[in-house]
Amino acid sequence: MTFEQIKSRAVSQWKSLYHGEVPNILIGTATCGRAAGALAVVEAFREELRRQNAEANITQVGCMGLCYAEPLVVIIKPDSFRVCYGKVTPEVVSRLVEGYILGDDPCLELALGAVEGGDGEAVYIPELLRFERERRLLLRHCGYVNPEDINHYIASGGYAGLVKALRMPQGEVIEEVKRSGLRGRGGAGFPTGEKWQVCRNALVEPKYVICNADEGDPGAFMDRVILESDPHEVLEGMLIGGYALGASQGYIYIRAEYPLAIERLGIALKQAEELGFLGDNILGSGFNFHIRLALGAGAFVSGEETALMQAIEGKRSVPRPRPPYPAEAGLWDKPTVINNVKTLAYIPLIINCGADWFSAMGTERSKGTAVFALAGKLVNTGLAEVPMGTTLRELIFDIGGGVPEGKALKAVQIGGPSGGCLPESLLDTPVDFDSLIEVGVMMGSGGMIVMDEDNCMVDTARFFLDFIQKESCGKCTLCRLGTKQMLDILEGIAAGKGRIEDIDLLFELAEDIKMGSLCNLGKTAPNPVLTTIRYFRDEYEAHIREKRCPALVCKELTAYYILPEKCDRACEHCILACSPKAITSNEKGIKVIDQSKCTKCGTCLEMCPSEYSAVIKLSPISLLPPSEASSPKEAGG
Amino acid sequence: MEVAEGLTRILRAQGDGRGDLIAILQEVQAEFGYLPKEAMLGVAKFLQIPESLVYSVATFYNQFRITPLGRRPIKVCMGTACHLSGGELVLEAVQRELDVDLGGLTSDGEFSLDRVACIGCCAIAPAMVIGDAVYPKMTPWKVVEVLTTIKSEIQEANKGD
Repeated sequence: MTFEQIKSRAVSQWKSLYHGEVPNILIGTATCGRAAGALAVVEAFREELRRQNAEANITQVGCMGLCYAEPLVVIIKPDSFRVCYGKVTPEVVSRLVEGYILGDDPCLELALGAVEGGDGEAVYIPELLRFERERRLLLRHCGYVNPEDINHYIASGGYAGLVKALRMPQGEVIEEVKRSGLRGRGGAGFPTGEKWQVCRNALVEPKYVICNADEGDPGAFMDRVILESDPHEVLEGMLIGGYALGASQGYIYIRAEYPLAIERLGIALKQAEELGFLGDNILGSGFNFHIRLALGAGAFVSGEETALMQAIEGKRSVPRPRPPYPAEAGLWDKPTVINNVKTLAYIPLIINCGADWFSAMGTERSKGTAVFALAGKLVNTGLAEVPMGTTLRELIFDIGGGVPEGKALKAVQIGGPSGGCLPESLLDTPVDFDSLIEVGVMMGSGGMIVMDEDNCMVDTARFFLDFIQKESCGKCTLCRLGTKQMLDILEGIAAGKGRIEDIDLLFELAEDIKMGSLCNLGKTAPNPVLTTIRYFRDEYEAHIREKRCPALVCKELTAYYILPEKCDRACEHCILACSPKAITSNEKGIKVIDQSKCTKCGTCLEMCPSEYSAVIKLSPISLLPPSEASSPKEAGG
Repeated sequence: MEVAEGLTRILRAQGDGRGDLIAILQEVQAEFGYLPKEAMLGVAKFLQIPESLVYSVATFYNQFRITPLGRRPIKVCMGTACHLSGGELVLEAVQRELDVDLGGLTSDGEFSLDRVACIGCCAIAPAMVIGDAVYPKMTPWKVVEVLTTIKSEIQEANKGD
């Protein structure tokens, strides 16, 4: 079959499903949707359609990035608005079927808004302010097409970039990528076209293309969502790369922690092969390309490119010095291009719409869009795709909806363990590779975590260092032992045993670790500590000088206390919930915490009815009344 | 022997290159829930590589375990978002509720407990996984509720036997 025949078949299938006589119910069943109960909603729709004798198709789709509103449902009806519903539970399904599938009532009380776009255009919901700020390229179909049906991708314009590339000389494909200004989205921001050129110039054969889907940053989930929602855009990018470089074998290195993404990639590969987009003599062009999945076994350092290749070779993923760069000598010492999921997913668009179209978006040195995973203390957690140069403030407030419960934003963490924490005063920093490095953090792969007044900066720095220290592969002494020393110092500070000169010692160790580490895991490991000291030094000093944790997080410096004047005599919620049985009722019926038994789990605070709100946290511990302060238990590490 | 049989079946379907080691170990773990010593020795023989090499790879990666998994493996997410919203308290609550150490197994073999770096569900933090089910927005008290329910289900099922 020619591409034109494949496409016209896909389009007619698409039209009958998305523009047919029968309503089409889209249900987001990516991992976040499933965790929120989407599969039960699918079941409820099947049941309810049967019960009410209603006819409709159910299409399982990926994630639209509105994770806070999962499970998400879109109902498409002929000649009516396409309506998107949020936080759908099995209980409201019968109402939706009766109201909008059978009747004409769009159930607006359950709706987020009307869905616009689709059919190859980016999908958006005009009622939501976030879509005014966003510019969706990679996410354009996510949550609207069925990721397990290649025809949906083709009908939405997919694989046209590959077809176009196959008619171009290979050098011209690379020129186009170079002219687009695309920089690698894995974090470092190296120009993609230049990397490709070096690999193409290498005289050794065979060559390899690797897709780095080892999204290891705790707090980042963009790549997972893309692979679960629109896997073919990544495959198409790899195919174009393979063609331009003269490679015939590709690998996708993906974390084993992403079972659904692996499953959907497997389906995508099989379908692409069946239609002749993968395999030998692709679309009659004489170009051969095969893709294998390599499952990561869980090591953060595997995301480093030289380490990743070791893992594919079946070894411990330990980085090696560069040069030689992978583009010259990579997998099995052959020229290899390693690109992040998102980098590859931009390629079909760049070839299809042209380098000028792409480079018209973004800032002077960072072109195109950036995809962020918004998490932490935000009203609207989820994914967002914005033009480079958008400010952090727009991302957090216009798209993320700000901090919940009216609390104050304290910091935003960008770039995972290699990045750092920025204070409120720097929220007008534009998001692009260079501006972020100027303020001491880095783009990383795109995780962004918002912290409020309840988060402690010392604890945050300790968390990242603990992570890095566990994940250090052990090759470089300063990364292996230096991070351990830094961690010990931070744990001391968090436990109220810090000395003021520890802060200088942390700076000193940080410099040494940067100098003495081979790969970026070590070189960037001190960033979370350095940025928190730089912007939140007062918190470190409060821990050291006053034994006080201002955010009431560090356990050794915090105690729970029940206010006698607020405690209700008849209520025993806290006593029943306290598993170490640290709470007793005194002769007046007022509850008292035995500090020596308290594990500081916070359940009493959680369970105390809001009309009393009698449980509070105190820091420093010396604020406890003398009667209770006897022997506060040291919570173990 | 059960391990030997399973291993033979797995190895039949696998390549025997040095590069296949991790994929083979993943299959072995999928079959047994962990990497039995006997199986690791068998893999070394199959790939004609030193036993120490198999062991070094098996202990390098977080995914592999060399002790058995519970029938209901529990993973508590310790990613950034989960940490900031109380992941540590959730982990401690599981340890307390089941009297199990991190990386350990309950005495009845029902639950094993591990921490994971991030399951990519940051929008519903803190998250906990039991078997295949993801539990969103956990608190120490919700841990008690969830585990109590599961424990009584187990008891019910055992009564039926």
